[in-house]
Amino acid sequence: MRHDHLLTAKQLSRADIEAVLARAREFADDPAAHADRHPGALLALCFFEPSTRTKMSFETAAKRLGGDVIDMGAVEDSSVKKGESLADTARVVEGYADGIVLRHPSQGAARMASEFVDVPLVNAGDGAGHHPSQTLLDLYTIDENAGLDDLTIGVMGDLKYGRTVHSLAHALTNFDVRQHFISPESLRLPRSVRYDLHEAGANVREHDDLDAVLPELDVLYVTRIQRERFPDEEEYEKVAGEYRIDAETLGAASDDLAVMHPLPRIDEIDPEIDASPNATYFEQAHNGVPVRMALLDLLLREGGDAE
Amino acid sequence: MTGTDTELRISKIRDGTVIDHVPAGEALHVLAILGIDGSGGEGVSLGMNVPSETMGHKDIVKVEGREMSQAELDVLSLIAPDATVNIVREYEVAEKTEIEPPEQVAGLLSCPNRHCITNAGEPVETRFDVLDEGVRCAYCETIVREEITDHLAV
Repeated sequence: MRHDHLLTAKQLSRADIEAVLARAREFADDPAAHADRHPGALLALCFFEPSTRTKMSFETAAKRLGGDVIDMGAVEDSSVKKGESLADTARVVEGYADGIVLRHPSQGAARMASEFVDVPLVNAGDGAGHHPSQTLLDLYTIDENAGLDDLTIGVMGDLKYGRTVHSLAHALTNFDVRQHFISPESLRLPRSVRYDLHEAGANVREHDDLDAVLPELDVLYVTRIQRERFPDEEEYEKVAGEYRIDAETLGAASDDLAVMHPLPRIDEIDPEIDASPNATYFEQAHNGVPVRMALLDLLLREGGDAE
Repeated sequence: MTGTDTELRISKIRDGTVIDHVPAGEALHVLAILGIDGSGGEGVSLGMNVPSETMGHKDIVKVEGREMSQAELDVLSLIAPDATVNIVREYEVAEKTEIEPPEQVAGLLSCPNRHCITNAGEPVETRFDVLDEGVRCAYCETIVREEITDHLAV
């Protein structure tokens, strides 16, 4: 991988993705056996929004590679509370760490911050923008369950504001994939993502409901429809209810369908599915560690003592 | 080019800029891009909805005592892609420029996405990539196709 930063999935070529997934497979066999990779490396975790999985898996990955983390902590306890700019925070933290993982509520925050630092910076979510490290673990999970070529995937839920959806859609244009997007009219893909998919010549179709397309899917990627996107509770309940899946829904699906979700879920996937062989979302979450180990390994070596 | 047209473009300007072939109705936006609102004391002449052989009708803007910078010309191409710019010195056309769409415009537009990092009080100038149709924020990737002039930061 020849990049200083990971800001969007758009910057990833097929070769980049395959390099990360191959390295992740090496690490997945025995994550505890690689503490000699980056002894003493320090990763700064700057999360301006709450996170459980992303933050903990980056922390785990850094420690598994022999490194450690420094954590900015909650915004309420930091200089941000005093009005410090992100640009200043980034420049200060750059002096402490060998790499930065940034989550921020503003779209484009990671790109802007990257312009102020020389250490590798990973976008761990910028508002409704991108979340490329999630995409790498999504791709790893898809590859393990269905393969990345000759794939039919359905992506359902909040496609407008869902950053994991935007990054995944971009990355899948590198492969032979038929992408189906299922959402209410008001939550369809934003114009910028449609533009990129069109430019990439992607095979894309949009649907209002899952029924028509479910039988042909290899993967169903479900995302959460957030309450705050709707003017009132009644409208939210009505729409969200149409995009929930349960055991009955899956009756029309292929036996091999992999159901994925970036988590956290609220009630868009019925827990009765959890024990089924279709449920892939916890495996997906666990894959965050080897995939982020691979990402950090490649970025830190690129930025430092290249192999 | 008619004689009247030529006269409108260059007469009575000693030093300054004549912007011709502006789409009819866009002259005031051209002034906005130039940051001219009359308070600077420059002499400004506008021809609006002037008959044009090639465009049907067009606008012409003449500004005395001011030569446009490249950045100003760049963003002008977004609202007046066929405009021609004449820099006039001592009553003569010293430079004649056809506007080329730039790859990017910096600092001249504000992003309409209120969640964009460029609207968060950070020390960063806006940058927009120029597409075949419209422009795209280099930070949040929002595409603006309609009413670009609504987003002038000048």
